[in-house]
Amino acid sequence: MSEQERILKFQVFRYNPQKKGDKPRMVTYEVTEAPGMTIFIALNEIREQQDPSLQFDFVCRAGICGSCAMVVNGQPTLACRTLTSNFEDGEIKLLPLPGFELIGDLSVNTGKFMRAMSERVESWIHDKDADKVDYDRLEERMDPDVADEIYELERCVECGCCVSACATKRMRPDFLSAVGFIRLARYALDPRDKRSDDEFYEVLGDDDGVFGCMTLLGCEDYCPKDLPHQTQIAYLRRKMVMVR
Amino acid sequence: MKVIYTDSLVIGGGLAGLRVAIASMQRGYDTIVLSLIPAKRSHSAAAQGGMQASLGACIKGEGDDEDVHFADTVKGSDWGCDQDVARMFVNTSPKAIRQLSAWGVPWSRVRGGDRDVIINGEKVTITEKDEAHGLITSRDFGGTKKWRTCFTSDGTGHTMLYAMDNKAIQMGIPVHERKEAVALIHEDGVCYGAIVRDLITGELIAYVAKATTIATGGYGRLYSVSTNAVISEGIGNAIALETGIATLGNMEAVQFHPTAIVPVGILTTEGCRGDGGLLLDKDGYRFMPDYEPDKKELASRDVVSRRMTEHMRKGKGVPSRYGDHLWLDITLLGRAHIEKNLREVKEICEYFLGIDPVEEYIPVRPTQHYSMGGIRTNATGESPTLKGLFSAGEAACWDMHGFNRLGGNSVAETVVAGMIVGEFVADYCAANPLKVNTSTIEHFMKQEEKKITDLLLRDFGENPFQLKAEMQKIMMDKVGIFRNGEDLAQAVEELKVLNQRAKKIALRNRISSSNPELVEAIRVPKMIKLAQCVAYGAMLRTESRGAHAREDYPERNDRDWLKRTLTTWKDDSADLPEVSYEDLDVMKMEMPPGSRGYGVDNTIHHPDTEKRVQKVEEIKKANPDADRYEIQELLNPTPIPEKFKGKNERIGRGFK
Repeated sequence: MSEQERILKFQVFRYNPQKKGDKPRMVTYEVTEAPGMTIFIALNEIREQQDPSLQFDFVCRAGICGSCAMVVNGQPTLACRTLTSNFEDGEIKLLPLPGFELIGDLSVNTGKFMRAMSERVESWIHDKDADKVDYDRLEERMDPDVADEIYELERCVECGCCVSACATKRMRPDFLSAVGFIRLARYALDPRDKRSDDEFYEVLGDDDGVFGCMTLLGCEDYCPKDLPHQTQIAYLRRKMVMVR
Repeated sequence: MKVIYTDSLVIGGGLAGLRVAIASMQRGYDTIVLSLIPAKRSHSAAAQGGMQASLGACIKGEGDDEDVHFADTVKGSDWGCDQDVARMFVNTSPKAIRQLSAWGVPWSRVRGGDRDVIINGEKVTITEKDEAHGLITSRDFGGTKKWRTCFTSDGTGHTMLYAMDNKAIQMGIPVHERKEAVALIHEDGVCYGAIVRDLITGELIAYVAKATTIATGGYGRLYSVSTNAVISEGIGNAIALETGIATLGNMEAVQFHPTAIVPVGILTTEGCRGDGGLLLDKDGYRFMPDYEPDKKELASRDVVSRRMTEHMRKGKGVPSRYGDHLWLDITLLGRAHIEKNLREVKEICEYFLGIDPVEEYIPVRPTQHYSMGGIRTNATGESPTLKGLFSAGEAACWDMHGFNRLGGNSVAETVVAGMIVGEFVADYCAANPLKVNTSTIEHFMKQEEKKITDLLLRDFGENPFQLKAEMQKIMMDKVGIFRNGEDLAQAVEELKVLNQRAKKIALRNRISSSNPELVEAIRVPKMIKLAQCVAYGAMLRTESRGAHAREDYPERNDRDWLKRTLTTWKDDSADLPEVSYEDLDVMKMEMPPGSRGYGVDNTIHHPDTEKRVQKVEEIKKANPDADRYEIQELLNPTPIPEKFKGKNERIGRGFK
């Protein structure tokens, strides 16, 4: 190998709430960069070779499952698909995603938050007759464009980047956040969901809902899946205004 | 001692596990799902390309039905599958997909009229029928006669998992996240739940249940490079093995996917080739037609992976710092198609390779992808040896895949098995009271406590990360795509040594709560046992069948090997599992063994094959008026639950 190997400097937030007397701190680790190295690879190397207690979450390591969002040099993003070569000076600072319960070090409890969000927006098809469908028969038809549009909004991976990038959420702990809005917009668009606009209003129509948004659009800027948060929030607002 | 009681305990929160939990709840049983992670992050989400169901709505799927799907699946399995199960599966898959449609999956739909597609490297215009407009469409996949793979762009697993988990949330099914089952509780050959470790607090909890279902996915991470999620370590299989009673089936049946990116092993979907992508060598030459003139890039996965490896061995691979690879060319599909139907692939190429697949070729190589083996079950999903233990999805050897799974049949299996096995789990809950001795629960709890205490107290010993890396390398180098007796024997010996070393793991971070090193220390000895089941099973099987390709025994040998490998690990101090075999009964096969139609057919036939072929002909002749359903019932009656027995409707064909 001809090119010179770089030494990367990782500054990592460390704190284990399970450990009595442990205090939050930043710890620096040095890692020799390898070609194509991602933060996923580097963190595993640190854990295996330097500090086996280091906590972080990866599952698919392919940018699909949304497990590994963290704050990388000040910006929330998916760590698994972040290449270390993106950082010119070789210094990478890692913090856990704010806005979620800390499990330890870089690991946060997004699961608890997302389940609560799903329950709050009733993230499922509302149709009293859904369970009476005869699955032996042809399925209900759907316009191909509508199916594609729903999929666009369904690409959210619940990583939590939008929540941590949201200033309103910082001020209003119960703010639904972009992840909730896009989920509702997805169901509002779906002809199989029989909820009326009034019913959607119940979930959305207050300051913890779509009218609380200050339109700073951190969600749009940091969504790893490039979901159209801005458009959807505007769409939901227009819809809600027409209800009352 | 903390004990939680439920009727139906489900270990694993992916598609199969959630579907079993939903079935349990629908039938009125209390259920709890245990998951290492939030359910929506399960590896099911990574299935990109699609789900096979013979809806036959798109024009290239016309004429498709259960029988065609059945034949493809059995052929694909190299006749290693359980044909009863394959039958149950193909008959139920259309219902599963329609149910998921009602539950919210935005399946891509047929658009009536002309559209351009790429077939065999050429642009072709096909015309979809207007009467099919708006029905669920499908794409081409390897090893299938018809375009049968239903999809949502290339995020099929994601949309299926979201719909399934949302359904579970709607029903109020609790998912206990960040919990790992470390041992099964059993007494007198009956399973009563599991000892579970809370991955945050470290607390051990006994989950006691009438029925326990393991749906923890595959064991791909036994290999150093795998397309699988990092949690696919086979721990569910291992805890079943460690009972010494439950058996694992066909563990040596491991699939390598032709197109994972180099070096990290992330998958690019079979949909790339299904939609018209080509495989090219270092000279930019399309080599697959030379090897497989009929199916070319869309031969079955095991075949394509072997042909690619052969071609690279001839010096036709593209050299790189990570070894040789080949090219996947999807540039001919055009930007519009890629950005709509292969967008995850595009994202993966951009982020991990820094290339735009619309303009450039993708570096790919065959990579470990799927575990056909797993917990051996009956057609009902229950272990034949440990009552009350069920398994579904990739974790199971329910055995619809035999020695090679078709693309699009895995997510299909998860939901179909979830439906079918879920009903049998509910039947079991109805028929069996929970009668377990509390001292039994205590016994298993103490045993696991002691293992952890020993780990935390040992001052010096082996590093679990190191052991795992060594195991993964052995599997990679010696139990890979092409296998031979010498390498396999070496692998078995080396794994024996690792198995001993794994008894002496010591930790640097000695705390019992949230501790990744402790998690590793608990898992690695289990993984080494599983690896041994794979390597030893592969060494003993002296034939080539599906994904199990022996260079020293290149022929499929039905005469001696038309049987399923069963492994148990009865003696905890042993370094090898006990192996036995279960014959596949040719005289009961709906589709007697034949040729898959790839390369030269060098099968050594089973003495019953010819008899069965004649018998099938006789049955058909004796019933000239029977329709296909009646013939199937005569040839292969299956235990499909009553509620899934109906015939499936198709456009232009009705229920025929």
